[in-house]
Amino acid sequence: MSTYPANYWYTREHEWVRVEGEIGTVGITFHAQKELGDIVYVEMVKVGSQAEMGKRIGEVESVKAVSDIFSPVSGEVLEVNAALTDAPEILNQDPHGAGWLARIRMSAPEELGRLMSAADYEAYLGEET
Amino acid sequence: MSERIRKARTHVSQNEPLLFELSSPGKKAYQLPPLDVPAVDPAAALGPRNIRAGIEGFPEVSEVEGMRHFSRLASWNYAIDLGMYPLGSCTMKYNPRINEKVAALEGLTLAHPYLPEALAQGALEILARLEAALAEITGTDAVTLQPAAGAHGELTGILLVRAYLEARGDPRKKILIPDSAHGTNPATAAMAGYTVENLRSNERGMLDVENLARVVNEEVAALMLTNPNTLGVFEENICRIADILHARGALLYLDGANTNALLGVTRPGDTGVDVMHLNLHKTFSTPHGGGGPGSGPVAVKQHLEPFLPVPRLKHTDTGWAFDYDRPQSIGRVRAFYGNFGVLVRALAYILACGSEGLRQATLDAVLNANYLRQGLMPYYEMPHQAPSMHECVFSDARQTARGVHTMDIAKRLLDYGFHPYTVSFPLIVPGAMMIEPTESESKHELDLFIDALISIAREAEEDPERVLKAPHATRTARVDEVTAARKPVLRWRPASP
Amino acid sequence: MRYLPKSEAERGQMLAACGLASAEDLFAHLPPATRLRRPLALDPGKSEYEVVDYFRARAAENLTGCPCFLGAGAYFHYRPVLVDTVVSRGEFLTSYTPYQAEISQGTLTAIFEFQTMLCQLTGMDAANASMYDGSTAVPEAAMMAARITGRRGVVAARTLHPEYRAVLETYARNRVLAVQVCGYCPGSGRLDLEDLERKVTDGTAAVIVQSPNFFGIIEDLRAAADLAHRQGALLVWVFTEAVALGLLAPLADADIVAGELQSFAIAPSFGGPYAGVLAAKERYMRQLPGRLVGETKDARGHRAYCLTLAAREQHIRREKATSNICTNQALVALMATVFMTVYGKQGLRELAEQNLAKAHYLAEKLPLRFTGPFFNEFVAEARNRPPEALNAALLARKLIGGLPLGRFYPELAGSMLLCATETSPREAMDAVAEEFSRE
Repeated sequence: MSTYPANYWYTREHEWVRVEGEIGTVGITFHAQKELGDIVYVEMVKVGSQAEMGKRIGEVESVKAVSDIFSPVSGEVLEVNAALTDAPEILNQDPHGAGWLARIRMSAPEELGRLMSAADYEAYLGEET
Repeated sequence: MSERIRKARTHVSQNEPLLFELSSPGKKAYQLPPLDVPAVDPAAALGPRNIRAGIEGFPEVSEVEGMRHFSRLASWNYAIDLGMYPLGSCTMKYNPRINEKVAALEGLTLAHPYLPEALAQGALEILARLEAALAEITGTDAVTLQPAAGAHGELTGILLVRAYLEARGDPRKKILIPDSAHGTNPATAAMAGYTVENLRSNERGMLDVENLARVVNEEVAALMLTNPNTLGVFEENICRIADILHARGALLYLDGANTNALLGVTRPGDTGVDVMHLNLHKTFSTPHGGGGPGSGPVAVKQHLEPFLPVPRLKHTDTGWAFDYDRPQSIGRVRAFYGNFGVLVRALAYILACGSEGLRQATLDAVLNANYLRQGLMPYYEMPHQAPSMHECVFSDARQTARGVHTMDIAKRLLDYGFHPYTVSFPLIVPGAMMIEPTESESKHELDLFIDALISIAREAEEDPERVLKAPHATRTARVDEVTAARKPVLRWRPASP
Repeated sequence: MRYLPKSEAERGQMLAACGLASAEDLFAHLPPATRLRRPLALDPGKSEYEVVDYFRARAAENLTGCPCFLGAGAYFHYRPVLVDTVVSRGEFLTSYTPYQAEISQGTLTAIFEFQTMLCQLTGMDAANASMYDGSTAVPEAAMMAARITGRRGVVAARTLHPEYRAVLETYARNRVLAVQVCGYCPGSGRLDLEDLERKVTDGTAAVIVQSPNFFGIIEDLRAAADLAHRQGALLVWVFTEAVALGLLAPLADADIVAGELQSFAIAPSFGGPYAGVLAAKERYMRQLPGRLVGETKDARGHRAYCLTLAAREQHIRREKATSNICTNQALVALMATVFMTVYGKQGLRELAEQNLAKAHYLAEKLPLRFTGPFFNEFVAEARNRPPEALNAALLARKLIGGLPLGRFYPELAGSMLLCATETSPREAMDAVAEEFSRE
């Protein structure tokens, strides 16, 4: 049973965002990586692209499934996690930390108001199962 | 090993390296006759820049090594000749050897596709005869034998839908697909330029007809339906489904993968289907060959006939001929005329079975599936209670309490000497175990299969580790698919010095 | 019926176990409106002997067994006896797709070897386990290039096999690709590079060139690749005569290779089943459609093979798949694998050299339409009588002539495409030459 960091915000599609100033670091949740199984490949949009809340910014592949990643926030993609290219397993091992996917300069911080808190996300997970 | 395993025992099998690891310069397995014309200097004829130095790393082995190599590899394979494949929707039936014998006749194998028609009447007659037989079996009006496999047939069929609708001025935008459908269906719809809308099944495992009636509008080009569906359940409302679609100007496409449940009993063309494909490597006994070749003929009702791929066959006073004058055709979907060698085998099967043999095959296929269902129901969860046709779907729900999942049960079946059933499909049944025995299995083999699964259910209760760590007895243990995908190695390379 | 392993007694037992009185009860739940009320209108089942008789009679109605100078995408080559010996083994013939790797190592190992040998032959880094044939590999290559570049345009050579072009057009129409055709130089019979330069733009995803081309002529692939790459388009190299690869240098600058392996021990069989090749550079590996076999280890640490990168395929990615392909041409690809094993590194070279010698022997005696360098096919002009009349005369001598080109290239209606391989006897070629020169 994982704890979902209280200072993160969460989406219904199982992504998270951690906000530091105007930078949002995004990733997928523990639940998401568990559902996917062993991650084999991660592909993100190019640095410099414009992310849009709820729109696709990449995809994650396991042996038996593939899943689109939807950005929790809008803004310019400043960086993608290069470590995942050679070691996608980091995403399974530490989905909320070292397994981050992208850093975005948020263009519309008010969007965060539409996301779930950790408590709401855990309740949502309870409903889903 | 447990004495409950009656069907299999371990034995010593040969190891064998790769061809490249056996290779040594100067070894050869061939001899060409001497040239009866003067040799030509390649550099002079083609230009030195166009000539390769050699084929780097290509193997050189003798005939003996070649023979041993492939024989040893063969000995590592399971096959229909050795036992049952209970794979759902694959229809792994016996591959009659008479099919192989006739397909090897030189008058058929040496026929060049560009032989003038007058010199290929035998080949053309075979095509015509098979087209007619498949039309009769499916209750349709015209058949094309061009598509090379089921997915290719699906694409052809949906292109026909598009062409038909375009001729009426509106190709429309989307294809409806049940959530139980095989993955080729949505992939095909996307390739044909349509968007996909998924439809849910109802609690009986059939398409929700009320929902369909709500969803069908003028943007819908067609519904792609499988009947029986991937739960092995006959879509009882198929006539009504067809009516709903036709009333809104949409078409009904049938994925004919499960036709083995229908031969001589019901015909899709009689139940409102406009276009469908068949899988000759399923229903019509042509061998799977480790993954192909198959053949995916498409059968249509009259209103779609003008759009069929070129060429069509036509009869003239001098015999059969190809007709290329088809202004409304969707064009070619492949070079030449179809997987002819596969078509020969399918026709041989149809001739050998005859109308009564085909019907009896379906009867036995459905009986076998129901017999398995009966035998396994006390031990495995059956999520849908509707009557089963030629296949049935269980789930691992009772076993997951002990941490055992469908994949584990499947792997343990290997120790019992069986190929697994279809794992985790259809997607609408979590932990699915999809079982299709086909008519080719004897009562004896079916009883062994039931016993094996009952034994594994018991093991899941009493000794789950045994199941979780399976297979134990196979030459190759569980393979690491994760590393294979993380660090793909798709070819051999010589070791670096 | 001999394919059904049950006696009436056993059927009775099984029905009883299911609580049913008769087989008809199995279908009682089908709505009456769906039921067929008569037997299928097919002949009664035939014995083995009658089945053989039927097909023997059909086989006798095709003209085979005499020297034939047809090529054009399907070629006559010797088939080593080992090929049929191997593929008729039940473990290869009657096995399923190797999804369960533990009991399919035979198939998987052979495919891994196949993939490797194709990379060695074509100079590419990754090859899939086969496509349906060369003609369908071409649109798959085009769609791959479109995915990779994000562009819609395709420029295809007019010297690409006309039926391959037709298939490309069918597929392209629905994936919204825009296909343009690039002409050829009437003198050399090669791609018109100036026309190519005009047609390739920054909207072009792929330039598709066949070499040896439909006329049998070796194209300047390097120049075509340069023109493509200058605009950021990919170069797709197509081949229909795999034997040429024994001699011809592969194009290092090709991005994708799409081809036909029929020449490698797959009998002409009136057009199928054949085996298509799709191979690409390492960086495009994940965009390859179809099945891929990869190397890995099993739980005991032994080397093993399995299907991999399946997340690209239809059964997982569904509508976003790289393609809808499921069943491929595995057994036919195995024929090619055995062929490549028998001939090996030296044999493929010697085989190609024999083909070159035979075709050039014949071509020297005939009026050639084009000046470009050719491998084992060439276009000859029928100057004294129409190609059809020439073929009729050859037929009277129990020879099958080449393909009159008028059906595909109206401007070449007076010419025919001839192919000579290692199987073409000298006397037959002398007879062809005689008929060509006869009034």
